[in-house]
Amino acid sequence: MIWRALLGRFSISVVTLFVVSVLIFIGTNLLPGDVAQILLGQMATPDSLAALQAKLGMDQPGYVRYFMWLRDVATGDLGFSKAGLGAGNATPIVQIIEPRIYNTLQLTSMVAVVAIPVALFLGLLAAMHPGTRLDRTITFSTLNLISVPDFLVATFLVLVFAVYLGWLPSIAYLRGDETGWGLIRALTMPTLTLMIIVSAQIIRMTRATVLNVMSSPYVEMAILKGVPRRRIILRHALLNAIGPIVNVIALNLAWLVGGVVIVEQIFAYPGLAKLMIDAVLVRDLPLVQACAMIFCASYVVLIFVADMASILSNPRLRHPK
Amino acid sequence: MSILLEVDNLKISARKDDDSLLPIVKGVSFKVARGEVVALIGESGSGKTTIALSALGYTKPGLEFDGGEVRLEGEDVITMRSDHLRSLRGQRVAYLAQSAAATFNPALTIGEQVTESSVLHGILSKEQAHERAKVLYQALELPDPERLGRRYPHQVSGGQLQRLMAAMALCGKPDLLVLDEPTTALDVTTQIEVLKSFKSVIKQEGSSAIYVTHDLSVVAQIADHIVVLYAGEVQEYGTAEQVVSHPTHDYTRRLMHAVRPPPAAGQGDKTSSEHKRQAPALEVRNITAGYGRKRDGTTTITVLRSVNVSIERGQSIGVIGESGCGKSTLARVMAGLLPPTEGQVLLDGQELNPALAQRSRNELQKIQFVFQMADTALNPKQRIDHILGRPLEFYLGLKGKEKRQRVGELLEMVELPQEFAGRYPEELSGGQKQRVNLARALAASPEVLLCDEVISALDSIVGANVIDLLRRLRQQTGVSFVFISHDLSTVASFADEIVVLYAGRVVEKGSTDRVLSPPYHPYTRLLISSVPELRVGWLEEAMQTQEAQAGIDRLVTLTEIGCPFFDRCPLAIKDTCDQEAPPIRDLGQGHLISCHRPESEFLH
Amino acid sequence: MSETQKSMNPSRQFDELPDAPPKRKIRLSWSGKIGIAVLVFWAIIVVIGPSIAPYHEAEFLEESLFIVPGSDEKYPDTDFQPPSRIVLLGSDYMGRDTLSRILFGARTTIGISFIATILAYLIGVTLGIAAAVGYRFQYRGFTIIELDTALSRLNDALLSIPSIMLGLVMIAALGSTIPLLIVLTGIIYAASVFRIARSLGQEVMVSDFVEAARVRGEGLWWIITREILPNVAMPLATDFGLRFVWVILFISALSFLGLGVQPPMSDWGSMVKENLPGLIYGSVAPLVPSLAIATLTISVNMIVDDISAQTGGKLAKRMIS
Repeated sequence: MIWRALLGRFSISVVTLFVVSVLIFIGTNLLPGDVAQILLGQMATPDSLAALQAKLGMDQPGYVRYFMWLRDVATGDLGFSKAGLGAGNATPIVQIIEPRIYNTLQLTSMVAVVAIPVALFLGLLAAMHPGTRLDRTITFSTLNLISVPDFLVATFLVLVFAVYLGWLPSIAYLRGDETGWGLIRALTMPTLTLMIIVSAQIIRMTRATVLNVMSSPYVEMAILKGVPRRRIILRHALLNAIGPIVNVIALNLAWLVGGVVIVEQIFAYPGLAKLMIDAVLVRDLPLVQACAMIFCASYVVLIFVADMASILSNPRLRHPK
Repeated sequence: MSILLEVDNLKISARKDDDSLLPIVKGVSFKVARGEVVALIGESGSGKTTIALSALGYTKPGLEFDGGEVRLEGEDVITMRSDHLRSLRGQRVAYLAQSAAATFNPALTIGEQVTESSVLHGILSKEQAHERAKVLYQALELPDPERLGRRYPHQVSGGQLQRLMAAMALCGKPDLLVLDEPTTALDVTTQIEVLKSFKSVIKQEGSSAIYVTHDLSVVAQIADHIVVLYAGEVQEYGTAEQVVSHPTHDYTRRLMHAVRPPPAAGQGDKTSSEHKRQAPALEVRNITAGYGRKRDGTTTITVLRSVNVSIERGQSIGVIGESGCGKSTLARVMAGLLPPTEGQVLLDGQELNPALAQRSRNELQKIQFVFQMADTALNPKQRIDHILGRPLEFYLGLKGKEKRQRVGELLEMVELPQEFAGRYPEELSGGQKQRVNLARALAASPEVLLCDEVISALDSIVGANVIDLLRRLRQQTGVSFVFISHDLSTVASFADEIVVLYAGRVVEKGSTDRVLSPPYHPYTRLLISSVPELRVGWLEEAMQTQEAQAGIDRLVTLTEIGCPFFDRCPLAIKDTCDQEAPPIRDLGQGHLISCHRPESEFLH
Repeated sequence: MSETQKSMNPSRQFDELPDAPPKRKIRLSWSGKIGIAVLVFWAIIVVIGPSIAPYHEAEFLEESLFIVPGSDEKYPDTDFQPPSRIVLLGSDYMGRDTLSRILFGARTTIGISFIATILAYLIGVTLGIAAAVGYRFQYRGFTIIELDTALSRLNDALLSIPSIMLGLVMIAALGSTIPLLIVLTGIIYAASVFRIARSLGQEVMVSDFVEAARVRGEGLWWIITREILPNVAMPLATDFGLRFVWVILFISALSFLGLGVQPPMSDWGSMVKENLPGLIYGSVAPLVPSLAIATLTISVNMIVDDISAQTGGKLAKRMIS
């Protein structure tokens, strides 16, 4: 029963990934606007245009091109960036992307490692003392934090830590040879910004989830059985809340995708998102396509993990009749 | 006898938004002696659960103690320190909630939850507690006591969970048990079994108990003293014998009056003779229906199998059965809400299109459906005059003044004041809403009224009044009624013909008199003997009967072959009943019984 | 029988006890009231903003305005001027009046967001309700596909692309104009509106009163307009508030990345981006538009939070999931 549920969920993810790839392909390849024309820009001559179109396989019908592209992606060939294409020295996208992925992963994993425990703790704290001043402070400030634009948090932090206090640099440009203190200094601001954005959501959702479980009849029953508060929360409530909470975490890590775009831009952090924005600005479609695929795929994977968590934590599925 | 618990002028209030207090319990006093069961009886809003919970020093969120004392062995639990309260709960006073399905934690094993309290309080070691739990499972007649503790709540049936909750409460050998409507959500045949287990276990363990219920007949079986409550005040307080046999207070008498007599021949409504019998008003032939339609036209879950029912003009027919027997599905098929996979629905001898969308407005008008829950059957965003006016406009084309006048007449018919026309459903009480619900169906001037459990969600007095209203309406209008209920006494007091459904098949049907008198189908007999009677000592007698011991509280299985009642039947013939579909025996005058046994062997 | 009953109960002393007290009218708490006040303030600015602005949004301020009397500085800087009596909220990186740009920008930012949200609602609610009532594409009586199934599949795929990614891909392919921005945002957010409208609609659809209307023989149109819509209106209105906030944040984020509203039009998101370099000089120019967005979004969220707290938090729960 549980295997069937997991398998079902897995196949949904595969299908979703497929549909997403089609959507991205349509967005970048089939919409009006000739990519070859865009790529060549001013230098376009009828001959070079035709040559490039043939090189890109654009004389083929759409679905053929899609499957060619899909095959290339599957084999790790993401195509060539526009940069330098016209001049004849095309750069493979894989080469451009690789260090950027590493940088973005570094940033997001640091956020995840620090933000998740802190946010869970604060969410639980608020849920354990509902209606108190502590709870109201936490809910009110997180409500405000999720309402404001990500860049407000970032500009505010820059203003305080870089401009007035002068503790940290206001941009996080990595040359690649930073070590130790330098690396930490460079990463602190973007990490802090992302942490604040992501944890505000996790705190609110954790609180709501735990409160929901805490108001259930079986928790009331536990109170009436004289079970101590700690045990009620840690055994009766948390065991039922763990599925939803893992779900919340995974969903919010997915939210990071949105946040990371802004943060990398504002701090000039050389990550994948910054690369993608720059590609969008110069309309380097193959590069946009590749970046979008990577972001969407990781998003789909995270959502999949979230759903797995809720399936695995469901006692009805774990212990069938 | 020494006094265990003394409730002294207890007051509990709800705190409203503007911080003012709304009294819920207004100075209640009673005592519970050792080894005694005290019943708190009252309808919804009487404060009975709130009072019972105060014995654990607990109030529901939003409520607070507002005066008085609740003394357990002389010590006030209201003012007790929280760590003392914690050691009191589960150890000295234990609580059994109304819905076991909701009160068991789905993520923990049954064993852990049953033993948790006694282990935590240090009364028993883990091993001792599990041993004790097994003893209790046995005493409560639960299946497979050895392995039951390792299972999860969703893996056992509702009746078993209810008894497991008793095991959970009793595990720590508490002095006082608080039972909150523990059998209300159960079918009658399950209820009797659970009641019996409770009673014998309470006796064995020598515990005292506070038993909260709205059902006088249940109380009569189990209580030594009865406290009758209304709106947070004690109306009557005395021994069970005294309150049941010689009620002195008006309210108690009204409660008693609302209890319908046990089903027996000679009840039923005899008004049908006044209306001429012609072709059946509504008939279903050979209906097979279910849910989850597959491609080949059959269904994944087949709820009804080859059901035949016909309703004469002006007749009222009662459909009885336990939850899951398919009685609501039958009503849905009749109304056209669920097209059957096989069989026909006929109105005035004309075959109706099975699907609602293909029926003509005229056909729709003649069959009206009254939903079970008036709360959800009335659109909360529509005023009462709109709710009643729509069918008038839709079927009869009434408009303007005519329509308003008719709405007024309808309100009068269901005994509601005229000014209700301008109100919204949420401004009405449950019984009033059910009356509006009825009036809406009557507005169409139907020939057949399908009433699906119309009083099961209502308090007993209110429900009894609605039944009286239905009886009068029947006399006035000559409408045929299909009256669906799980409560045999309600059906018996209203219907002139009864159809008994079991696992989607008709096991017996005939006039009320004949169905309720011997010879019985074994299942009918079981149903009749399970309905609690309002007298002390009934439970013990009922448990002696053969069928009560044979097949109570088993899961109803929808079988494809054989008789579905096979595994619960005291008369079952092995290798026959479980293999072949039972023949239908005609006992004359339309009395049919579906059974392998010949007439002579039926129970009397 | 009824005779005896009447004689037994001559008085109506023991009437049926009333149900739960009727639902209270929604009374906003202080935070909700502040929210309303701020919202009304910005609504007025949208209407009259440009006519009370001291300067035009694209007007470069004269250097002569900033000459300090008695000073011999003939050509003072006009950019990143601190707040003064001449420029109440300072000037921006090109020497334009920040206050005027905020007043003009209110119309752009709020207007675009509002129209996009309306569009998302028109699409989402129409399709969501149609899916909920079980509309089917039929051919000669055979169901080809249920609208619900078809739309839900598409919707799931759309929802599994982070909205910012979808936005970036589309803008990369099509460029950025205001109509495109509105349509794009409308479609992206229609997906989540569809989901909530569908689930609300389905909930009402299975209720007994809809069933009662169906047994009566009412047509689909009656059921949708009289039975379903009145019952989903309130939760949808609340959701509209939340969605509006997200649309504002989304459009501002795009503008902030330089992909939304294009200069010289003023828009709060792009105002932050343009003036970001001013942060280093401690200029308030990037902070003012951020705060403008924040006041608007926080106020809407405070109202929504207040209302859903009073409707038992049911709404909030649904919106989390």
